[in-house]
Amino acid sequence: MSIKVTLPTAFTRHTDGRKQFNSTAQNLPGLIADIDTTFPALSTQIKDEEGKLRRFINIYVNEEDIRFLGGETYAFQDGDEVMLIPSIAGGSF
Amino acid sequence: MNYSCSRYELKCNECGKRFGNQPLSACPDCLAPLEIAYDLEAARGIFTRENIAAGPVNIWRYAALLPIPEGFQPDLPVGFTPLVRAKNLGKRIGATNLYVKNDAVCFPTLSFKDRVVSVALANAQKFGFDVVGCSSTGNLANSVAAQAARLGLKATILVPADLEPAKILNTQVYGARLIRIDGNYDHVNRLCTQIADEYAWGLVNVNLRPYYAEGSKTVGYEIAEQLGWRLPDNVVVPMAGGSLIRKIRKAFNELIYLGLVEEKPVRFFGAQATGCSPISVAVKSGADYIEPQRPNTIARSLAIGNPADGPAAAKMIRSSGGWAEDVSDVEIVSGIQELAETEGIFTETAGGVTTAVTARLYADGRISPDQITVSCITGNGLKTTDALTGHYQQERAVRPRLADFDAYIRELDGIAEPELAIAGAN
Repeated sequence: MSIKVTLPTAFTRHTDGRKQFNSTAQNLPGLIADIDTTFPALSTQIKDEEGKLRRFINIYVNEEDIRFLGGETYAFQDGDEVMLIPSIAGGSF
Repeated sequence: MNYSCSRYELKCNECGKRFGNQPLSACPDCLAPLEIAYDLEAARGIFTRENIAAGPVNIWRYAALLPIPEGFQPDLPVGFTPLVRAKNLGKRIGATNLYVKNDAVCFPTLSFKDRVVSVALANAQKFGFDVVGCSSTGNLANSVAAQAARLGLKATILVPADLEPAKILNTQVYGARLIRIDGNYDHVNRLCTQIADEYAWGLVNVNLRPYYAEGSKTVGYEIAEQLGWRLPDNVVVPMAGGSLIRKIRKAFNELIYLGLVEEKPVRFFGAQATGCSPISVAVKSGADYIEPQRPNTIARSLAIGNPADGPAAAKMIRSSGGWAEDVSDVEIVSGIQELAETEGIFTETAGGVTTAVTARLYADGRISPDQITVSCITGNGLKTTDALTGHYQQERAVRPRLADFDAYIRELDGIAEPELAIAGAN
């Protein structure tokens, strides 16, 4: 089982420029744990002081907001495309 | 007249970091939305009642507190729409001191979005964008298309596929590239954040959002000036993304700080359609987060299920002592009709929401009849005539003869012929 995770450009300074990576996480908490291990600097950026995902980040699974799918309880399906996007993303030239 | 206010820059409201001026809407560190911070002390002595009165009769009279680049020369006379006393509507809903701020006649495209777009595009030009665009529920699309045409910029505009036909036509006519997205506004908006990440485009409500949003302050400045430089007791504002209501408050606070109006607690009331009411629900429940909704309402211009400024708007409304309400689609249509029949103002569905919510706030005793209350109408009814389909019949044609006309009027009024003759004899 594998999901494809896509990041906005603003996050890539913490991932050696990578905008996409694969994960075998079963659900959202699993994905966060995966990021903790693989990209610790990104983990610091997307979580607040209490270790919770910052409220300005939206997570989409195959175009749908994960909150409509059950949030943390949603079980990722093989091939899911997961996107992390700031609620209003910063653009660049 | 010098139209630029050089002392402003992007600031993160969460972590306080400043970022100069660039097309950026989220803090690179904590990801919170960025806003424009001004050196208000530098505006003291410049942003005065006298200087404003000497300026043009449009939003550029307030340029000293707008994020306008150095050397900018405004072109279009945007804004300064009528603030009308609504005695007839007031009588019907139990209000004695009610005003309507009528952005249904905002120039050039008949909605308050003309204000935000003119400020955003001034910055788009400064940043060197050749292509501008937006994600839109319609009014923004119309305004970006029209003003981009005027400025010679290319426009690419994304809208939900089910948008009202008039709003689609009113975008295409200006030569803009209109792309209908198979999804709701939240899908369109998410796609636009990705586009802003990949394309060198100036998307007014994405990477230019902090500049764009400041244009909404002019609604607040105008209300205060048109009330004779005083603040109202209450403001009723429609909410989609939740930005306008906060910017009106920002405008009032700046006017207080600079001494243009006396300090006064103003209560802010938000209006939504029940079919898309995430901010109203948050205000009522006291939540500090927004539970996103899948919109299902005829008020498509307010149909944002995951509003970016929603949490901040809900918090501000509660802290002002205000409230939020939401109304059904049936009430929205009644609101449109009521405003048209009483004040001669034809507003779109969003204005129906605002009018119906205003009526409910009086009915529920949340607003006292004699308090100065301003109801903000943000768009024009000609763009959403489909909402009234079936409410008015086209009657049969009458032959151009007086006798036929007389008979027809008698028929409409249900008056028998002899009675009319007697009435005529008197």
